[in-house]
Amino acid sequence: MTQATTAHSAKDATPYFDNVIQKFVLAATFWGVVGFLAGDFIAWQLAFPVVNLNLEWIQFGRLRPVHTSAVIFAFGGNVLLATSLFVVQRTGRASLWGGAVLGNFIFWSYNLFIVAAALSYVLGMSQGKEYAEPEWWLDLWLTVTWVAYLVAFVGTLYKRKEPHIYVANWFFLAMIITIAMLHLGNNLAVPTIIFGGPWWKSYQIYAGVQDAMTQWWYGHNAVGFFLTAGFLGIMYYFVPKRAERPVYSYRLSIVHFWALIFLYIWAGPHHLHYTALPDWTQTLGMTFSVMLWMPSWGGMINGLMTLSGAWEKLRTDPVIRFLVTSVAFYGMSTFEGPMMSIKAVNSLSHYTDWGIGHVHSGALGWVAFVSFGALYYLVPVLWKRKSLYSMRLVSYHFWIATIGIVLYITSMWISGIMQGLMWRAYDNLGFLQYSFVETVAAMHPYYIIRATGGVLFVAGSLIMAYNFIRTIKGDVRDELPYEAPAAATARG
Amino acid sequence: MATNVEKDTVSGQYTTGHEWDGIKELNTPLPKWWVWVFLSTIVWAIGYWIVYPSWPTMHGYWAGTFGWHARSQLVQDLEKANAAKQVYLSKIKNASLEDIVKDPDLLNFALAGGASVFKDTCAACHGVGGVGGYGFPALASDHWLWGGTLDEIKTTITYGVRNANPNSHQSVMPAFGGGDALNDAQLSDLAEYVLSLSHSSQDAAAATRGKAIFTNNNCYACHGAAGEGNTAVGAPALASGLWLYKGKDQKAEIISQVKHPKMGAMPAWSERFNDTTIKELAVYVHSLGGGK
Repeated sequence: MTQATTAHSAKDATPYFDNVIQKFVLAATFWGVVGFLAGDFIAWQLAFPVVNLNLEWIQFGRLRPVHTSAVIFAFGGNVLLATSLFVVQRTGRASLWGGAVLGNFIFWSYNLFIVAAALSYVLGMSQGKEYAEPEWWLDLWLTVTWVAYLVAFVGTLYKRKEPHIYVANWFFLAMIITIAMLHLGNNLAVPTIIFGGPWWKSYQIYAGVQDAMTQWWYGHNAVGFFLTAGFLGIMYYFVPKRAERPVYSYRLSIVHFWALIFLYIWAGPHHLHYTALPDWTQTLGMTFSVMLWMPSWGGMINGLMTLSGAWEKLRTDPVIRFLVTSVAFYGMSTFEGPMMSIKAVNSLSHYTDWGIGHVHSGALGWVAFVSFGALYYLVPVLWKRKSLYSMRLVSYHFWIATIGIVLYITSMWISGIMQGLMWRAYDNLGFLQYSFVETVAAMHPYYIIRATGGVLFVAGSLIMAYNFIRTIKGDVRDELPYEAPAAATARG
Repeated sequence: MATNVEKDTVSGQYTTGHEWDGIKELNTPLPKWWVWVFLSTIVWAIGYWIVYPSWPTMHGYWAGTFGWHARSQLVQDLEKANAAKQVYLSKIKNASLEDIVKDPDLLNFALAGGASVFKDTCAACHGVGGVGGYGFPALASDHWLWGGTLDEIKTTITYGVRNANPNSHQSVMPAFGGGDALNDAQLSDLAEYVLSLSHSSQDAAAATRGKAIFTNNNCYACHGAAGEGNTAVGAPALASGLWLYKGKDQKAEIISQVKHPKMGAMPAWSERFNDTTIKELAVYVHSLGGGK
C-alpha cells in the first residue's frame, strides 16, 4: 500500500525536475557504501595496525578524513541535496529554480569537489582542521557550488504556489545559510603561494586558541546544522508522508525550530573544556549545550508522535522502521550530547572513545537511518516504480545495520569509559595506576567488536544498493508481502 | 486564513488548515513536561552564569560569585595530591638510595612511583619491564653499559647519555670503515673473533686471525682483553652473548657496528623530573632484575 500513495496527486500538473534528484540519490547510495567501507577499513587499522600496509596513501591519518568527508559531505550531502530539492518542489508546488541546468551544475560541481577533496587527502594535502580539511582552492570551489544550491533552493521557495513555507524547508534553509557562514568563517586562510610557497597550501588567519575556538564553532555547528537541522528537514517530510499522518504539533515545530537555531550556535566551546579556552567561554558552551536538550527533543517528539494512529506500520513497513528508529537514536544522541557537555562528565569522556561512540550513535543511528528511510521512499517514486524490488530486503538491511550500530556504540561506550577511568586511576599510594599504552592494550578487544559492527553496517548498505538496482530495473521480488492481501485491497 | 481546519479523529486535535503535498499539521499545544524541562534548563543556566565565570564584559568577563578559576583549581588539586604523598616523598628526598631499599615501606612507595613514571617515560625505548630493544639497552639483565649499582643507575638517569647536558655520559666508538681502516676480510675476521668471545663463532681460523686485529686496533682498551666491557666508558661487553644491536645475522651486525658505529643517546631526566622522582626511578630500575 505504501508505495502507491507516494506519487504526488495527478491533479497537480507542476513539472518537477526529478532527473537531477535521481542523480543525487544514486550518488548518495554510492558514496554511502564508499564512506562506510572507508570507515570500517580504518576501524580495522586501529585494531590491527598492520592493515596500514606501510603505504603512505592509506595511513589512518589520510583515510580518516576520506571517511568523514565521504559519509558527512558525500553521502549526507547528496542525501540532503536530493531530499531538499525534492521536498521544496513538492511542498511549494513549484519546479526547481534554474531547472535542469542549475540542478546539474550543482550535482556535478558538488560531486567532483568531493572526488578532488578525497584525492587531495590521500596525497597528503590538508588544512589539518577536522571536517574542514580541504585546502583553500577546494574551499572556494565548494563556496561557488553552495551558493548555487542556495540560489536554487531560495528561488524555488520564492516561486512556490503554497501560501506558507512548510516546516521541512525552514530546516533546509537554516542548514544552507548556516553552513555557508560556517564554511566561510572557519576557512579564512592565506595561500602560501603569495609568499613563494606551494600553490595548493594555505595557513589559517587565526592562531592558537582563537583557531581552536573557530574550528569548534564550525565543527559543532556542522553537526548542528548539517547533520541535525538538515536531517530534521528530511524527517519532517518523510515521516508524515510515509506514516500518512498529520505532523503532531505545528506549535512545537515553530518553538523547537527557533530555539534549536538560536541555541546550537553557542555550543561549540564544549569541545574545548579544560583547555586554554577561557573559563567564561567554556561556561557558555556548556550551559547552552544543556539548554539545547529540549529544543533537540522537540524534533524527536514531533517525529515519534506523528506516528500515533499509525504505529501498526512499524510491523508492516520496514521503511517506517528506519525512520522511527532514526528518530529514537536522534533522541538518545541529543540527550547524551548535553550530558557529555557538562564539565564533570566531560572530564571523564573527553578524548576517549566515548566521543567516537556518541558521534556514531548520531551518525549511524540518526543520520544514516533517516537517510535510508528517505532513499527507500524516493527510489520507487523517482523511477516511477510501483514498489521497491523487495521489502524483505529492507527489513534485512534494517536488522543487520541495527545490530551493527548496537555493537559499535556499546563497544565504544565500554572502551571509552574504561579508557577515561584508567587515565584517572590512582593506586593507594597516589601514583597513576596505568600508563597510556596499557589503556591502548585494554581497548583492543573493543576495537575488534567496533570494526565487526562496521562490517554489518557496510553489509546492510550493500543490500540497499542491490535493492535499488533491481528496483530501478523494474524487478519485483517474489516474496511474502508484509500485509495480508485482503487488508491491502481493502485499503485500496 | 485557515479555512480547511479539520478535526483529527485519532488525537482529537484540530489541524492548522494548511496542506503541503498531502501533509497536514495538527495544532497540538506544546507538551507541558517539555516546556517545564526547557524552562528548568534555562533557569539552571542562568544560575550557573551567576556562580561561575560566564559572560564577557567591556573590560573582561563576569568572574562568578566566588572567583572560581580552572587553573587555580588544578593547582589546588595537584597540591592536595602531593600533600597526600608528602610523608613518603620527604623521607625519600632525605634518604640515601641504600636506606630506601632497606626500609620496606619506603621501598614499596619508591617502586610504585618509579613504575608509574617508568611506564609512561622509559618504556617507550627500554620496553615494559626493561626488556630492551634494538639499540636500547635491556635493564632487566645484569649487564650494564654505565653501571648497575643504585648510584650508577641514578647518575645515568639524571644526566643521560651523549646529550647536551655537560654531565652526561660521553664516549665514542671510532669508525673502522672507509679509508685506510680495516678491509672487508679483516672486518670479517674481527667479527668472527668477537663472536668467539661468546662461543658463537663457526670459523676458528678466522677468529684466530681476528684476535690479532682486535689487539692491534686497541679494541681491548675499552672492551677489555676478554671482551668483558667497561662501565667507566660505556663500552658494551662482547663476551656476554647479549647484543645491544641484535640481529638475525649477528656477524653482519658486528661488522656494521665496527665500520659505522651507531651510538645511542638518552635524555638527562633531571631536566624534567625532580631528584625524588629520579630516586624512585633508580630504585625501580635497580629492582628489574639486574641491579648490583
